[in-house]
Amino acid sequence: MALLQISEPGMSTAPHQHRLAVGIDLGTTNSLVATVRNGISVVLNDENGRAMLPSVVRYLADGGVAVGEAAQTMQSEDAANTIVSVKRFMGRGLKDVGEISRLPYRFADAPSSGQAASPFATSGGSGQGSGMLQLRTVAGIKSPVEVSAEILKVLRSRAEAALGGELVGAVITVPAYFDDAQRQATKDAARLAGLNVLRLLNEPTAAAIAYGLDNAAEGVYAVYDLGGGTFDISILRLSRGVFEVLAANGDSALGGDDFDHRIHCWLLEKNRLSALGPRDTRLLLTHARAAKEQLTEHAEARITAVLSTGEMIDSVLTRSEFHAMSQNLVQRTLQPLRRALRDAKLDIADIKGVVMVGGATRMPQVQHAVGEFFGQTPLTNLDPDKVVALGAAIQANLLAGNRSGDDWLLLDVIPLSLGIETMGGLVEKIIPRNSTIPTARAQEFTTFKDGQTAMSIHVAQGERELVSDCRSLAKFELRGIPAMVAGAARIRVTFQVDADGLLNVSAREMGSGIEAAIAVKPSYGLSDAEITRMLQESTQHAQGDMQARALREQQTEAGQLLEAVQHALEQDGGLLDQAGRTQIEIRMGALRDTLHLADHLSIKRAVIALNDATVGFAQARMDKSVARALAGRNISELDEK
Amino acid sequence: MAITLSENAAKHVQNFITKRGKGVGLRIGVRTSGCSGMAYKLEFADEVSSEDIQFASHGVTLLVDPKSLPYIDGMELDYTREGLNEGFRFNNPNVKNQCGCGESFGV
Repeated sequence: MALLQISEPGMSTAPHQHRLAVGIDLGTTNSLVATVRNGISVVLNDENGRAMLPSVVRYLADGGVAVGEAAQTMQSEDAANTIVSVKRFMGRGLKDVGEISRLPYRFADAPSSGQAASPFATSGGSGQGSGMLQLRTVAGIKSPVEVSAEILKVLRSRAEAALGGELVGAVITVPAYFDDAQRQATKDAARLAGLNVLRLLNEPTAAAIAYGLDNAAEGVYAVYDLGGGTFDISILRLSRGVFEVLAANGDSALGGDDFDHRIHCWLLEKNRLSALGPRDTRLLLTHARAAKEQLTEHAEARITAVLSTGEMIDSVLTRSEFHAMSQNLVQRTLQPLRRALRDAKLDIADIKGVVMVGGATRMPQVQHAVGEFFGQTPLTNLDPDKVVALGAAIQANLLAGNRSGDDWLLLDVIPLSLGIETMGGLVEKIIPRNSTIPTARAQEFTTFKDGQTAMSIHVAQGERELVSDCRSLAKFELRGIPAMVAGAARIRVTFQVDADGLLNVSAREMGSGIEAAIAVKPSYGLSDAEITRMLQESTQHAQGDMQARALREQQTEAGQLLEAVQHALEQDGGLLDQAGRTQIEIRMGALRDTLHLADHLSIKRAVIALNDATVGFAQARMDKSVARALAGRNISELDEK
Repeated sequence: MAITLSENAAKHVQNFITKRGKGVGLRIGVRTSGCSGMAYKLEFADEVSSEDIQFASHGVTLLVDPKSLPYIDGMELDYTREGLNEGFRFNNPNVKNQCGCGESFGV
């Protein structure tokens, strides 16, 4: 008979109705699957008792696929067909991946048109032609989505064997910094692997769930997650069972792999080796990783390898040498830490505890640096490799309905502000960064010109004032606006970010009810450098941005005024005497001359001057239209109205 | 009249309750459900209700409601591993027939 698990009080399931759900940590280096069993979150091991599945996929010439250890052991021999750290390519274009020359793969940039595995590459809201990069393997062209799906398939069958049934769904974790494209790619990979995604969950948030619920500790915590390929820092507040992400920051191209590369470079230098072939590169990287792990426990590590040239490598790396060569990598994690604290408006003293996540946090120099920064010993009582999967499993169990969930709420934030372009190339922020999700915000806009029947909605992401400095996410048009005078139409633009961080934008003209909407799935993601740059620039350029905004606003206002005066002159020019007309025309000319100057104050002065000159004219026009309205009527007629 | 746990099952239950952080014992019962008429209920118990019949087995408190007891009297719960799967097995002497999976049974 079937084996039963203990349920929460009152939550026993009917026969054949078990709601089996798992949490999956789809990592850069290793992936794990966990579930809640008998009320406890546990990581599911494979037949050999191993919890971690190396995130390595090897494609064979006969169409076969090897995943995990089997693929990893062949990494040196068959580097071009053995894909490691595929997570770095998820939702990325070729130009987003900086270290291409260092990688042993053959890339293809433009996705071929029938690639079902990467639907968003062609259906991107922004209509950009370029999409996610692709890899040429012996088994054909593969997208990162397909490669990730192979890893997920293995975890799925492991889970189904361990739980004795089909899964109702999975919670998959992603770095807090993943943008829409990267999240969408992760969802697509899960779908391709036959998994129903209950939710995507930020990795640090998952870690907090694992720690928060297990330890039931309230307060503000920092989650320091140094994984294989990504670094995330999150500031979370845990109170009365509610998790709130106060701020998230990080570096999506910094991780344990970089420490391996440092050792690899050191090996090349020490042994006076020039650039190696892909096979030897992989071989040395594998040895570098082993040495790194050894140095956690030991004072020195010996690296011996035989290259394909027959050359023998035998070097001893000491812990202090390793610490010295990786010092700046550790330091690089502290800058996002400071930014996150600033975003959360908190001091180091406010942090009650620091949670360490990711295998790379086992390195003593990392623990030391983090401990020194926060002035306290970081928490490491849960396995840093498993904590994310354990937290994801707890949430999956909740979402699958195996627990009464009303005592439990989860809040996440969006990493960069979202807004739309307004006249003059300015960005109106609709959802500010660090807003908790899911969220929906609406704002009303209006038409700029008389008789305007269409409006172009340009969705942008970023912290800067000018749209040209932000990242363009999507463009769409609202057509069929009834012709009205400028400013009369009311167009409500609604931004909706769902629990997975995916954005829906809709625009609706309130009078006629016509509507247009777009789901934003940008063709490819922000590079790590871009995210960092966008955040840094927003503070560095704060002053310049303010002036640029003032200038654009003045220019827009001046343009509107010139158009209105011109229109009035054409219609009612006869009301003016020659001197008055000349006066107005001179000042219009003066205003036009200031427009191209990058000085908003002189534009403002010219606008005021033109306004002053037209006061009499405006009065005359007003009198004329009143006279026209009253002509031929008597008092009683007017009263009836 | 008794319900018992195997020693291995008791060890696991105690471990689960400790890690869960609360719970006075294990609630075992049946309800009418499933393809063969009855289905087992296996839950953590946070409180004892007045009509509960209590058993103690290897230091674990087992709670059974009086209506369920006739269907499961004399039953032993074991904890076993089958391949990657593991969980509780119900060795119930009252079972006359059960569906293929054994999750549902008749007496």
